Amino acid sequence: MAGIGATGSDLDWEPLPEQGWVAPHLAAEFPGLGIAWVEVEGRAARSPEPVLRRLRDLSDRFYGSHAIHMRERPIPWAYRVFFRQIGLDPDRTRTPVEQLALDRLHDGAFTTHGMPADALTIATVETGVALRAFDATRLNGKLCIRDSAPGESLPGKPGEMAQGTLTIADEQAPLALLFGGSSNGGQLEPERRTAIVAVQVKGVPQAAIDEALWIACAAIES
Amino acid sequence: MPDLLDRNTLTALRVGGDERLARAELRRQIARLEHELCRLSVEAFPRLDLDTAVPGHFREPRVAGLEELERVRDALAERIAGARLVLKEQSVVETRNRDLLRQMLAAPAEHKWLRISRADVGEPGCGHWHSRPRLGPLGMLMGWWRVKISSGCPLSGRLAAVER
Repeated sequence: MAGIGATGSDLDWEPLPEQGWVAPHLAAEFPGLGIAWVEVEGRAARSPEPVLRRLRDLSDRFYGSHAIHMRERPIPWAYRVFFRQIGLDPDRTRTPVEQLALDRLHDGAFTTHGMPADALTIATVETGVALRAFDATRLNGKLCIRDSAPGESLPGKPGEMAQGTLTIADEQAPLALLFGGSSNGGQLEPERRTAIVAVQVKGVPQAAIDEALWIACAAIES
Repeated sequence: MPDLLDRNTLTALRVGGDERLARAELRRQIARLEHELCRLSVEAFPRLDLDTAVPGHFREPRVAGLEELERVRDALAERIAGARLVLKEQSVVETRNRDLLRQMLAAPAEHKWLRISRADVGEPGCGHWHSRPRLGPLGMLMGWWRVKISSGCPLSGRLAAVER
């Protein structure tokens, strides 16, 4: 695993991930499910040269065989299993790391999408952990994983969600689907502060979650 | 990885003996089957492209019920059975081709113009073994047959990512 120094930046502070909560009945159904996040100064912008260089380095050491063998590695496999368990087909609705691998093979490289997306790409490819980014200034209270209540909808997406849809939510409303779908309700364009969110499932060690958040923070601050 | 395959004994006891226990067991079985399917698809790569898709039941993530979990488990088991069969059939063909290759190398004249690729014997790369006459038509008339080994095609060019 490459050191974060490769991005050209070292963190001069230790990110302390905040632990969110999981609705009790979901925690009982899915032991090991968790959510953690870190807030960092940074807004949506073009990626700086160190991050672009890191993407190029990642592209150079990632091949088709990696993509195939990836699903045998514990963390990508854990997300595949979780997808099956929540009724999604990971060969159709790809897990985040497999989607990135597929895009890498399709595009010939990890292409830049600006910040914070590039930071998430680097951290996800390095660790396999599923990450999301939200505008931290728009979050209300602690983040959680819960199922949707009747009449709830995602920001920026018309129509109600089906009751029982698994979502990432703050204390006020759902922010995004837990997995699958592309709606972030505009939350992916942080204006000042970015919340990097990691979703943990059974089989993903806490150390990997911490490392993913740390790599993403370092990339954003580079 | 093994902790995903373990029974959630404590959880199961804590939540009682209703359907949740059955769902936990089905999830454990799905994890085990998914592991096996991944192993088979990796084993088959790059010789075969196994179909590992098992239709999901929802377009959005939800807590799957007993029925859905059972369907996923059964579909995974079916896929695994199919993948094992395909791999076994492929293995039989490759073994037969390896025997043929051995015979061709021992007696090229008895296998005129026969060409066996690396893929035919389950090896990576695009090289091949080809039984051909030495010195062209003259060798053909004289019966000077030999097996020519191609080491495969060179890379078409530097990887695009290297150029950047």
